[in-house]
Amino acid sequence: MKNLLLGLLVAGVMGLAVWTYSENYATKQTLDGIVQLNKNIATARSKLRVLNAEWAYLNRPERLSKLVNANFDELELLELTSKHFAGLEKIPYRILGSELMVDEIKFNTRTKTP
Amino acid sequence: MIRKPLRPLAQIFSARSAGEDPDLVELTNRRERAEIQHGRMLRKTQRRLIMIGCIFIISFGVIGMRMTALAMTEPREPKAQNSINDISVSRADIVDRNGRILATNIETHSLYVHPKQLADPSGTALRLAEIFQDIDAVKLKARFSGKQNFLWLRGAISPEEKQAAHDIGDPGLLFGPREMRLYPNGKFAGHILGGTTFGKQGVHSAEVIGVAGVEKEFDELLRDPKSNGRPLKLSIDLSVQSALEKVLRGGMQLMNAKAASAVLMEVHSGEIFAMSSLPDFDPNNRPIGLTKGDQSDDPLFNRAVQGLYEQGSVFKTFTVAQAMELGLVEADTMVDTKRFRWGKYAIKDYKDYGPELAVEKVLVKSSNVGTARLSQMIGANSQKSFLGSLGLLVATPIELVEGSTAKPQFPSNWSEIATMTISYGHGISGSPLHLAAAYSAIVNGGTFVSPTILQKSVSEVGARIISKNVSDQLRSMLRDVVRTPEGTANLGEVSGYSVGGKTGTAEKTSKTGGYDAERVLATFASFFPSEDPKYVLIITLDEPEDRMGVEPRRTAGYTAVPVAAEVIRRVAPLLGLVPKIDKLMNKDLALTNH
Repeated sequence: MKNLLLGLLVAGVMGLAVWTYSENYATKQTLDGIVQLNKNIATARSKLRVLNAEWAYLNRPERLSKLVNANFDELELLELTSKHFAGLEKIPYRILGSELMVDEIKFNTRTKTP
Repeated sequence: MIRKPLRPLAQIFSARSAGEDPDLVELTNRRERAEIQHGRMLRKTQRRLIMIGCIFIISFGVIGMRMTALAMTEPREPKAQNSINDISVSRADIVDRNGRILATNIETHSLYVHPKQLADPSGTALRLAEIFQDIDAVKLKARFSGKQNFLWLRGAISPEEKQAAHDIGDPGLLFGPREMRLYPNGKFAGHILGGTTFGKQGVHSAEVIGVAGVEKEFDELLRDPKSNGRPLKLSIDLSVQSALEKVLRGGMQLMNAKAASAVLMEVHSGEIFAMSSLPDFDPNNRPIGLTKGDQSDDPLFNRAVQGLYEQGSVFKTFTVAQAMELGLVEADTMVDTKRFRWGKYAIKDYKDYGPELAVEKVLVKSSNVGTARLSQMIGANSQKSFLGSLGLLVATPIELVEGSTAKPQFPSNWSEIATMTISYGHGISGSPLHLAAAYSAIVNGGTFVSPTILQKSVSEVGARIISKNVSDQLRSMLRDVVRTPEGTANLGEVSGYSVGGKTGTAEKTSKTGGYDAERVLATFASFFPSEDPKYVLIITLDEPEDRMGVEPRRTAGYTAVPVAAEVIRRVAPLLGLVPKIDKLMNKDLALTNH
């Protein structure tokens, strides 16, 4: 009986040792995984920062203004001023089902066809 | 175990037959048994001692080995805690009120050299000089052959430069990771942002520290890992700032001014939507400050915040406001405007406005004499405390590191003559930002405004300075300064928006003493829309000169006012203000592409 108990205890200790061993390595592996994951997050964030910075750089007012000037013939963009506002009744809404097209209303828009 | 009997019969019998005492047999056996037992006990004790000894040796051996291992290896933080910090160590971004990036970080590299490991020092020096234009190959070669084991070459290099340096292929050239502050908009809002520099530098990282502007003011907050990368949101609107800077730059050139500044502030919250000081600088490449000459010519000098100037007639608004608030006069009360002498000083106007003017006209026509008379009614102490309540006697609480240095200057002895000159803006100096906050208080219904560069979620109503009624009357009078042909700012009309304001032309002090009539500081303190003011705009031009006419014109009405009108024409739609379109009704809708 005593030997059986001793045997069981030894077996228990050995079992626990194996479990601890495997847990230890599993934990280490998970930690490595976390480190890798955090590295990936940091890399992704850094890429995002670069992209955001690039987006901000490409959209800097100075460049946009140059682009507007360079493409004026095509886009005809002007600075927004008070003359670009008008009363609602001045907006030439298109009437559904009618033949009246936007162009027929005296509407100062581009006549270029796409 | 079979125990040997103490009196074995065989021995007893043989002892008896030999005539010996059989008890001796027992005694002998007893002694033998005791000896055997003693020997066994001794071995057992020895075994135990050895075992305890072994346990001690093993335990101390393990502890000793662990201590040796710990002492001999590189210290390393636990993985689980360390890796989390890696993610958010960088300096927080700065964004405008709409979340557009004003300052961010990018990862780049530093370049350093281990001269002793260089395979070809002279060749490497030559090729490095080709990559970096400002490196002198001969000097660099001399440094490579010195005694140093380590040399910094560049704090931060671009990816192209890194590749080029990498292509040299010398093992002595090494790269370290660096985080670099980037201001994608270049010069825009340069004075507000300030700039950064590298603090403590190591091979693996470098500390980025703010040197001016919000970068320095909020340095700790921006570097605080607890903020977890949350950006710092400013009250600046990038579109508005850009339009303002563009117009101001153009206006400065057109008016031949040597410098200019502008502040655009929301009148209730004190939030600064745009602020500019020209000449400016690019915070990506912050210049070195001037070491000689006039410090105020330094592009690093933020005129809008740091520049303390006598601002002239714009102060008349405060005098009229106080006189009306105290009930001393009404808008139509007549005031003596005949020139007079006070001691050795002559109080006179730019031109003769006749013997008397209504208070309203004193402001519209900008009469020094009329304002001086009002200040006589107010008195020195009362005037000082009123200007104090507008925040004109202390440094502004603006969240820029430069703000606290701009402490207004005024005479320590607030005499009667000082009261008179201060009433029209002479003998007291303040910054354009002071003026913006004070004008906001005058036109917003009469409550104190504290300027801020941060976006506010809730705006608190400040202490009351003047009554709503006086504020309304002032608004109407200041509107007349722009609206009526006799007003000093009649070039300030903007189609669709009603503008009110007051001009100020202050002669600068001459180097030889006294004032120099040809060097003036022209200021226009304006607000719009005048019926329900939302924004205050202060435009200041330093030494402007409109040379388009026969005679050069320097007064603010011809210089600062047209610039301010153009700024308002451009920024008001961007600020979401809908113009009054009554006059436009008969016109066709003009699209942006027409």
